[in-house]
Parts: sequence; C-alpha cells; structure tokens
Amino acid sequence: MEYFIQQLLNGLTLGSIYGLVAIGYTMVYGIIGMINFAHGDIFMLGGFAALIVFLILTSFFAGIPVALALLVMLVVAMLVTSLWNWTIERVAYRPLRGSFRLAPLITAIGMSIVLSNFIQVTQGPRNKPVPPLVNDVYHFGSITVSLKQILIVIVTSVLLAAFWYIVNKTPLGRAQRATEQDRKMAALLGVDVDRTISITFVMGAALAAVAGTMYLMYYGVASFNDGFIPGVKAFTAAVLGGIGSLPGAVLGGLLIGLIESLWSAYFSIAYKDVATFAILAFVLIFKPTGILGRPEVEKV
Amino acid sequence: MSNANSPATDAAPGLMAKALREGLFAGLLAFGMFLLYVGVETYQNIDNALVWRMRWGLLAVFVAIAAVGRFLVVGFIRPNIDRRKLSKAKAGLLEVSEDKGFFHRHFLKIAMIALVLYPPVIVTLYGVQGSLKFVDNFGIQILIYVMLAWGLNVVVGLAGLLDLGYVAFYAVGAYSYALLSDHFGLSFWVLLPMAGILAAFWGIILGFPVLRLRGDYLAIVTLAFGEIIRLVLMNWSEVTGGTAGISGVAKASIFGIYSFDVGASNNFAKSFGLPMSSAYYKIFLFYVILALCLITAYVTIRLRRMPIGRAWEALREDEIACRSLGIDTVKTKLTAFAIGAMFGGFAGSFFAARQGFVSPESFVFLESAVILAIVVLGGMGSLTGIAIAAVVMIGGTEALREMEFLKHIFGPDFTPELYRMLLFGLAMVVVMLFKPRGFVGSREPTAFLKERKSVSGSFTKEGHG
Amino acid sequence: MTSANETMTSDTILKVEHLSMRFGGLMAINDLSLEVKRGEITALIGPNGAGKTTVFNCITGFYKPTMGMITLRQKAGKEFLLERLTDFEITKHAKVARTFQNIRLFSGLTVLENLLVAQHNKLMKASGYTVMGLIGLGSYKREAEASIELARHWLERADLTDRADDPAGDLPYGAQRRLEIARAMCTGPELLCLDEPAAGLNPRESLALNTLLNGIRDETGTSILLIEHDMSVVMEISDHVVVLEYGQKISDGNPDHVKNDPKVIAAYLGVEDDEVEEVIAEELDGGTL
Repeated sequence: MEYFIQQLLNGLTLGSIYGLVAIGYTMVYGIIGMINFAHGDIFMLGGFAALIVFLILTSFFAGIPVALALLVMLVVAMLVTSLWNWTIERVAYRPLRGSFRLAPLITAIGMSIVLSNFIQVTQGPRNKPVPPLVNDVYHFGSITVSLKQILIVIVTSVLLAAFWYIVNKTPLGRAQRATEQDRKMAALLGVDVDRTISITFVMGAALAAVAGTMYLMYYGVASFNDGFIPGVKAFTAAVLGGIGSLPGAVLGGLLIGLIESLWSAYFSIAYKDVATFAILAFVLIFKPTGILGRPEVEKV
Repeated sequence: MSNANSPATDAAPGLMAKALREGLFAGLLAFGMFLLYVGVETYQNIDNALVWRMRWGLLAVFVAIAAVGRFLVVGFIRPNIDRRKLSKAKAGLLEVSEDKGFFHRHFLKIAMIALVLYPPVIVTLYGVQGSLKFVDNFGIQILIYVMLAWGLNVVVGLAGLLDLGYVAFYAVGAYSYALLSDHFGLSFWVLLPMAGILAAFWGIILGFPVLRLRGDYLAIVTLAFGEIIRLVLMNWSEVTGGTAGISGVAKASIFGIYSFDVGASNNFAKSFGLPMSSAYYKIFLFYVILALCLITAYVTIRLRRMPIGRAWEALREDEIACRSLGIDTVKTKLTAFAIGAMFGGFAGSFFAARQGFVSPESFVFLESAVILAIVVLGGMGSLTGIAIAAVVMIGGTEALREMEFLKHIFGPDFTPELYRMLLFGLAMVVVMLFKPRGFVGSREPTAFLKERKSVSGSFTKEGHG
Repeated sequence: MTSANETMTSDTILKVEHLSMRFGGLMAINDLSLEVKRGEITALIGPNGAGKTTVFNCITGFYKPTMGMITLRQKAGKEFLLERLTDFEITKHAKVARTFQNIRLFSGLTVLENLLVAQHNKLMKASGYTVMGLIGLGSYKREAEASIELARHWLERADLTDRADDPAGDLPYGAQRRLEIARAMCTGPELLCLDEPAAGLNPRESLALNTLLNGIRDETGTSILLIEHDMSVVMEISDHVVVLEYGQKISDGNPDHVKNDPKVIAAYLGVEDDEVEEVIAEELDGGTL
C-alpha cells in the first residue's frame, strides 16, 4: 500500500509537468487547429534557459537562496521561451494560416528539428548535469516525499489556477475563446485575432518553460533531445484528455504520469511508454474525442 | 512612367525609417532569443562540473545577421518584389509558359536514362572504388527515400490520411527480412515479397481499429503505433536483439546465380576475375532499388486510374460524399493503408539487405517526419514532385557531409555533419513558406473526355483523416 | 396531371412508418409516416427547422432513427429495411442516392472523374476488386469504357459536356447543383433524394432543373424525393407533396390539395386561417412562399 502511494505521488509529479506542457498543445490546437510539433522543443528550450541561468547565478552569487534562484530561473526561462514561441509563430506559422492544412504541420515539424539541432550545435550534444537544487526529503511513515515534488505540485496548481482565471474571467480569455469558436466572427466583432493568437503562443511557451524548469529540477539533467519524448507524451496527454479542453489537458497529463509510474512500478520500466501509447490508442478507439472532449457532430 | 515612380521615391524616407525600426527590433529580439543559448557556452571542466563562459562575438554575429537581414528585407527586397508584381499586373501579363521546352516535355525519359546510366558513368569517372560513395550515399540513399515517400504518398497524398508512424512498416519490412533470413536462410528474392506482405498485414491490423478516427486523432494514434513498434523492437531482446539490433544480415544475390559474399564460390567479382570491391554490390543494389521504385511508380499510376485509386482521391476530397455514393470508406482506407505499408515493407527489406544490419535506431519518429516532409514538400499526390523533393532534401543533406572545403572557411573544428539536420529543418520551413502546396501543386486527372488539363492545387483538398 | 399519375402508378417505393428521431431533449421528428410512390416526384416541404433534412439523413443512413421503420421496395420486388443498413450500403444495395443541401462535390477531381467515382461499385466488381484490372485481365477495360459512356450521357443531360475536363470546384453554382444530381444518377438509383436542389438558382437555372428532374422521372423511371423551399419548383414538378412542421406531418396530398390546406397556410404564415387565402394566392403568383 505504501509502495502504491509512493508511486502515485511520483506519477502525480510527473503528470503535473506533462499537464503544463499539454496545455500549450491544447490551446494552440483549440485556437488555430494545428498540432504545434515544436512545442516539446520549446519545453526543452525552457529547461536549458533555466540551466544556464542557474549556472550564471551560482557562479556570481554563491550563497543565493534556493527560492530566489528558482524564481529567477523561472522568470527568465518564461521570458526567453515566450520570445522564441512568439517569433516562431510570426515567422513560420502565421504566413501559412488559412492555407493548406498540412503546411503548418510540416513547418512545425521543421521547427522542432531546427530547435533541437540548434541547441545541439550551440550547447553540445552531451547531457548537461546540474547539482541538485532542492534536497530536502520528508518521511511520512515509510512514504518519502521530496520537497521537489511538493514544489512541482504547488507551482503547477498555482499556475493552473491563474491560468483558469485568465481564460475564464478576463477580456483576454474571452477574446481567446471567441477566436477559438469562430475566428472570422471574432475579428468582425473587434477582437484582434492576430494578437490573441500570438498571446496564446506566448502563454503556452511560458507554461512550457515552467514545466522545463521543473523537469530540470526533478531529473537534474538537460539534453538537446529532451523535447521529443516528453513532447509526444504531453501531446498524447492533450489528446487523451480531449484536445481543445484545458481541464482535459491537465487530466490527461496526470493520467499519463500515473500510467507511466505505476506501470514502471508493477510491470516493467522497459514497456512504460508502450503502455502509455497503447492506452492512448485504446481510449481513442472507444472514445474518439478523448475523455473530456466535446463530441464531434458529423455535419451532413 | 515617371509618374508611377514618383510615389515610390517619395515614400523612400518613410520606408527607410520603417526598415531601420524593424531592423532594430529584429536585432533586439535576436539578442533576447540568442543571449542565453548562443551567448553563453556551457561545458564540463576537468572536475566534470558544468561551467560557462560568454561568446560575445558569436552572439554579435547572430544579432547582426537578424538586424541587417530584417533591414534589407523591409527596406529593399520587399518593395522590390512588390514593385515587380505591380508592374506585371499593370502590363496585364500572366505568366503562361505555353511552350514547354524539350527538357520539360521529355523529363521522364531523360530522368530514366540518366538513372540507368548513373553507375557506369560514375565508375568511369571515379573508378570502381571511388564510385562507392556516389552510388551508395547519393544513389541508393535517395532512391530509398523516393520509394518510401511514394509509398506514403498513397496514404497521405491520395487518400488524405495523415500517417505519422509510417516508419513502423519500414521497420516491419527490415526486421522481417533480417529475422527470416537469419532463422530460415531464405533468400532476398523470396523474402522481399514476403516482407511487403507482412508489412501490409500489419497495416491492416493497425489500420482496422484506427481508421474510424478522424483528423489529427488518426495522426497521433499512428504516431503512437509507430513508437510502440519501435519500443517493442528495442525491448524484446530475445528476438530482435534489443538496441544492439541484428547484424550480419544476409546480402542479396543476383537471383542466386552470383553472390556478393566474399567467401562464396560464385562471388561476383571472382567469377568475372575482377578485383574484390564492395562497389559491385552497391551498384547491383542501385539497380534493385531503382527497379523497386519503378514498380512502385507503375503500380501507383495504374491504381490511380482504377476505381480504387479514384475512390482514394474522392475520400481525400469529401468522405461523406463518398459514402453517399455507396463507397465503403473503411475498406477503401484500409486498402490505401495496406498498399502504402506494403511499399514501406519492400523498402525495409531492401534497407536491411543493403546495411547488413538493423537496429531500432533507424526507425525513429524523425524518419517518419522526414518521409512525410518529402511527400508534402513534393506536392501531395505528385510522383515527380516527390522525387524532386527527395533529391533536394536527402541529396542536399548528404552533400553537406562532403563539404570538406567548409573546414577551410570555418576552421578545422567545423563538422558540417552537425548542421545537416539543422539545415534540413530550416529547408522544410523555408520551402513550405514559399510553396505551401509543394513543388508540384497541380493534379493530373485520371480520365478525360476531350483534353487532359491539370487541376490547379487551389481546388484539391488535403483530407481530414 | 397529378391525379392521372396517381392512378397510373399505385406502386409504393418507399414507406416510412412511425419514424422518430431524438437529439438529446429535442424531438426532431415525431412519429412520422409517409409514402413515396414509384415513378413520381414527391416533395417534402415545411418551414425552417421542420426536420426535413433529418428525415433525409434517416432515409439515407447518415442518422440512425430513434424509432420507426423505413422500407424500400425495389422494382424487382426486393425489400430493404433502411434503418438497419449503414449509409454506403443503402446506396450500394438498396439503390438510394442523394444530394446535399450544401453541395458536396469532389472539388479537386474533374467533372468526369466525379461521375466515374459514382460508378465505383460496378467498376470495382469489373476490375476483379483491382487485382484483375491491375494485370489487365477480365472485363475491366470494357466496363471502364461503358462507365465513361454513362458519364457522357449524364453530362449531356445536365448540360455539362463542355466542362467535363474542368475541376468540379471551378464550376458555377448552378452547374455544381446539376453535377451533383448527375453524379447521384450515375450510381443507378431507384430512389433519388434531393436536398434543396433549387436553392440559390436563378430563374433560368431553376427551369433547367425542372426539365432535368422531369426527364429523370419520365425516362429512367427513377422515383424522386425532394426537399424544396422554392414553391414554383414544388408546385410545378411534384406529383405529391408532404408538409412537415415541428417534426410532424401536417398535410399530405397533391399540390393543389396542399396549397389549399388551411393547416399548411397557418404553418407558413402563422396567421388566422380566414385572413390567409388572399395572401397565399399573392405569394404563389410571386413564385415563392
């Protein structure tokens, strides 16, 4: 039982990270109907930004408090990845909006290749280890909870709450939802559609940067090809939860995290990703729009 | 004429200011984007600790390129293009190249002859041993991708089903050949069709549950299946050899008459009294893959003119209309999936015979992405366009390996190979931006009453599955 | 004219009995029964939202009805329960073809290709399910030529021969409507279901449509069921009219009968019955209701 709870906690932590990345996928898909394949690499860029900031900080201010260091890492990573995603949207996706549907998908895959190889070229192909930032561990009976895990879950929850507020309660969120429903009509009613889409990309990138920082903190290592597998899993999470649905993305992320950690614990680590993908396939075959997705009505 | 020019010159100061502003903005943006990744170098010191140092010079280069590039685009290149467009529109000239050149009209024949003559020409130019690189890296490598892309074209280009896990069928073909030749000693020529059939079989098994899915759901499930197959190959070590893969895969022979095994008594080079070289095998393989490509093209062209092929294209255009005409869309999709998979399987078994080695490394998602990119860049459905895209993208990146002279420019540490995929990705983006419908955007009709007119890309749809 | 037709063909091709279709809490069709006579043009009319297209979607298998029975009886006497078949089987086996309210053509295929796709099942069989055709055996070549001839025939009837090799998406609106009908006819249907074939047509195109539909009925014996708002089309060509309102049948009979049915007038105009007579007469003269 303790073992189970322990694995549940691990799964929840991992799931929070996937959920944060999944939101970026789901928002972009919701608003312009495009699979942003480069989003996983934006997540990777976020992790690298945090890593570099961490190195700079610790070399200048050796005794900097961990909380402050983390905060600076988060903020800088969010800013830098936002810049990247904003630029990528302007350069590679916006010109193709409303054109052939596969064209933006291909530029997104191209962008993904560019980003991971850009980091490989500029930062080197080897894994980058960082010393553990947060070491504290708490024991509850035989269950171990690390401060890292608590931090990850708290940061995720706070961000999700803030995010929920923005999407549901602010004019910006209203513009986003309107654009999602009907881009032309939204434009006619005075919504600046281009700006709204840009902001969506920026928001997605900021969340991905947080996830990237958390990932770095959790695993203590960054690599140029860290974007792909977590990216695919986060996208899987978005689809599993019902693409276009924000709560669905978070739910999907948590589910994927749980499946992964429980499968590794009880069956085999080697096949954990197989389990994830197989469950995705099963869910979609029986509920093709995902768990919380709106059913797609076939218009005849 | 002077009247027409005066507004342009009047606007110039404003334009320059705008160009300067935008250039400055681009520079700032580039500074923000590249400061951490380019400006800071992270590396491990002797103690294995991660440390950093600044690369101001390199950062300055990046920022300068962005700023100056943007300035030039806004200030000079874009107004120039606009002006040219405007004058063309004024003159009422539409670019119509009615008179196709000799080269254009006989493109296919010329390409065929060039391909057949390629190995002998290369051998005479570079000698037997010297031809190896050209025949293998440029010939066979490109043709494998041509074949894969033509196979995927059936699924994506004709039937409009977005398949992100095509490489799985390539893997099935490769492992089928490697395992069956290893365990049962069957020859390449027996296993080639078998690998294709097995891959098609897998296509049907995987396709059956997922083809009900629509749009991007299909894409993600095919991606998932592709990854599942790769992960199983990686982890099922008892059978597949795990990450190490299977080595010593048997070579293909010239229909059992001549062998390319060094020890065999009927070795090709020995039989003809030629000096030993692996180049003969590669030249033989070049003709094998060329023949396989031709079969793929022939079958695709034939199928397009048959009811099944028309049903695929109709499916891409409008699935509901297809059903209203009595077409069983599930069966139609399955045949497209199976035939696409079959070509993938053929290519896979060829790949295994050529490498003599298979491992899960060769069947990662990136391969699927590259093949899909070639199909889309070429122009969905167009065999010629796809072949051109394969030559440009694969040939281009292969050529980069050969650019030794770059070392003289950028110093001896410069490894062009490192930039191969970076440039590949950039090329994907750039080509799509300028040609969203690929190199050949139009579609050749499959039947006609009076004259064959190609259909402009603006009418064809890309499917939603 | 209409009464003569009724006595001539008393044979029923389609019988809808107690059909109901529920979407969540909405009863789109409620206990609807109607009949379509063989060799006639039957019109299904009613105000917007009356459930006409839903009836079509139930007949052609795009929706599974909540309740009810839809029987199709072919000329040869074979009967099909349409609510048990899926959409493509209805066209393939029961020989019911349809068009769509918002035209669904294969816009990237040429006009001719659109008509060839419609002959898919016949050609598949002739090509030995592709295998024989691929190696050049069997009757495929002959059948392929015959299919082009059939396409040519319908192109002529729809006045589209000149545009045969152009992409379907390039045709003007009225031609697209005619092409969709020609395409449906290429499946060789016994019952042709047309969803607002005259919508968006100008008077001349509307007239050409009437001729086409009358021709289809008289020459091929295909029965036609159509949804239409354009009363000039309805009154001119239909032998039989069924009026729906809120998913229920409110009137059923020949055009003259329906035209004078007070329930119909009330449904369309929503006014007291005695005020209606003159208004309706005016509207009908104007051609639309």
